[in-house]
Amino acid sequence: MNRPTDFGDRFLVVRVPRDGPGGGLSMRVSRRTLAACMSMLLLILLFVVMSMTSGDYGIPLSDVARALTGQGDETLKMIVLEWRLPRALLAILLGAALGISGAIFQSLTRNPLGSPDIIGFSTGAHTGALVAMLVMSGGYYETATGALIGGMATAIAVYLLTYRQGVEGFRLIIVGIAIAAMLSAANVWMIRQAELQVAMSAAMWAAGSLNGLGWERLLPVGLALSLLAPSALALSRPLRQLELGDDAATASGVSPNHVRLLLAIVGVALIALATAAAGPIAFIALAAPQLARRSARTAGIALMPSALMGGLLLLAGDWAAQHALGFELPVGVMTFNIGGLYFIWLLTREGRK
Amino acid sequence: MTKSRLHADAVTLQYRDNVIARDLSVAIPDGSFTIIVGPNACGKSTLLRALSRLLPPSRGDVVLDGGSIDRLPAREVARRLGLLPQSSLAPDGIAVGDLVARGRYPHQSMFRQWSAADQDAVAAAMAATNITELAGRLVDELSGGQRQRVWIAMVLAQQTPILLLDEPTTFLDITHQMELLDLLADINADGRTVVAVLHDLNHACRYATHLITMRDGAVVAQGTPKEIISERLVEDVFGLPCVVIPDPVTDTPLIVPRVRRASANSGGDAA
Repeated sequence: MNRPTDFGDRFLVVRVPRDGPGGGLSMRVSRRTLAACMSMLLLILLFVVMSMTSGDYGIPLSDVARALTGQGDETLKMIVLEWRLPRALLAILLGAALGISGAIFQSLTRNPLGSPDIIGFSTGAHTGALVAMLVMSGGYYETATGALIGGMATAIAVYLLTYRQGVEGFRLIIVGIAIAAMLSAANVWMIRQAELQVAMSAAMWAAGSLNGLGWERLLPVGLALSLLAPSALALSRPLRQLELGDDAATASGVSPNHVRLLLAIVGVALIALATAAAGPIAFIALAAPQLARRSARTAGIALMPSALMGGLLLLAGDWAAQHALGFELPVGVMTFNIGGLYFIWLLTREGRK
Repeated sequence: MTKSRLHADAVTLQYRDNVIARDLSVAIPDGSFTIIVGPNACGKSTLLRALSRLLPPSRGDVVLDGGSIDRLPAREVARRLGLLPQSSLAPDGIAVGDLVARGRYPHQSMFRQWSAADQDAVAAAMAATNITELAGRLVDELSGGQRQRVWIAMVLAQQTPILLLDEPTTFLDITHQMELLDLLADINADGRTVVAVLHDLNHACRYATHLITMRDGAVVAQGTPKEIISERLVEDVFGLPCVVIPDPVTDTPLIVPRVRRASANSGGDAA
């Protein structure tokens, strides 16, 4: 704030210690981004409260608070602590995972359509999970491993098929869409081939739903995310440099191929995590980074706002899927419909460019 | 021999099987404004890419401060050597100040995102390139000349003693070309070594303190423009018949091409 060129009013700068030229800790965040993130957090909180109180068994806020502090009768505690709370938390975490994954791949491909749910990585994770379910009649960890392997294999296949002395974003998207179409056909075929009982549960899962998920699912997801999210954030600075083009990124001290590989691994792991936990939930990865960019007015795509927006979208989507229509839908169907509209808007807008 | 922190020693440069230069040695004199010229496809941009370690040589070494540039940590190189590539991409919706700030990357870390030194460097770079007033504007909204100054400010903010620029005047009109070269000369006068690849031979003669002429992946001549530029050299390097006269403004060599046919306007007088 000591010179006129300062962007002081647009940014919040925190330094510890306050003085000293280079040393110490320092952080800088634009006020607009901070405000947007705070608003998203507030909205998330609001939807958590709404998820706690609304349902077939309406619970007043005061009773929710009592349950959260360990008071109240057993039924109340059961509904709030065992059913509704873990489901809401899971929606936030999985939405954040999808948002970060979408942000990573959209930034790497420099294209809003370069999202894992469009370029086949989600579908690949879905295929891997289906194989684990149908062939090995898998539990959660087998399904998760299957999703991870399926997602990674798809990513590698898409990358190799795109490679022509480097990988060009738009080409990767076209190849990815083709691979995604083939994999969805395989997924449908697999479900049709399976025994009725297995096929029904696989089809339920394939709609993308948080139904009946509790702490036993929340804990592994939370654990995995506590590793993956910091890795993604640590890579967000080199990712930002990559937006300037490979030459400029290299000149500023980034090794593009190395950073891209790490980011792709983290991004696929995130999408596999979400797919294994709740089935393929479409369009959150596509929509969250773009909506976040517009509301936070960041330059390029930023991970943190995308994570918050993803969490908010999935939480709100899940609430709406349960309560908005008077009958319950899988959240995947909800996001598919909302996302579909967004997708049409995006395509027409990109098409006009 | 003059001192040189940055030099290429007997490098072979190639893209896949396409060899651009073989056994090429070039030293950039410290503190010079070195300009590399030559006809299209002579390997001048390739040499600049090698000097900035964008293209690792298949043989030989590019040496920075006595060590091979490919074995130095990427961040360490980025603190000593800045590059303005031929084309860079501005992220959607980025403001001028934010783009310039990205030049500070090699000086920052996850926990040191915006030190006082970062702030000072960005402010100084923007002042030097005369874009301070544009700080809050979106890069997409700027004119070509303004945008090129923003990119240069970004490289300046990196605060490297050596600065490489690949055809920085392309796509600029004549006024902005001269402004930009003046700016680079100022930067050089402030004590940084500046290396640029340029197309315009006359501009090169005006601004270079050290001129390198290349043809077919080899250096034909190097030195101050006055020492090396002759009608013979220009014909050798560019295949262009010409007259060399002293530039009426700067007294540096001025190359006036001969043409096969005098223009329609002057044709009458000559006959």
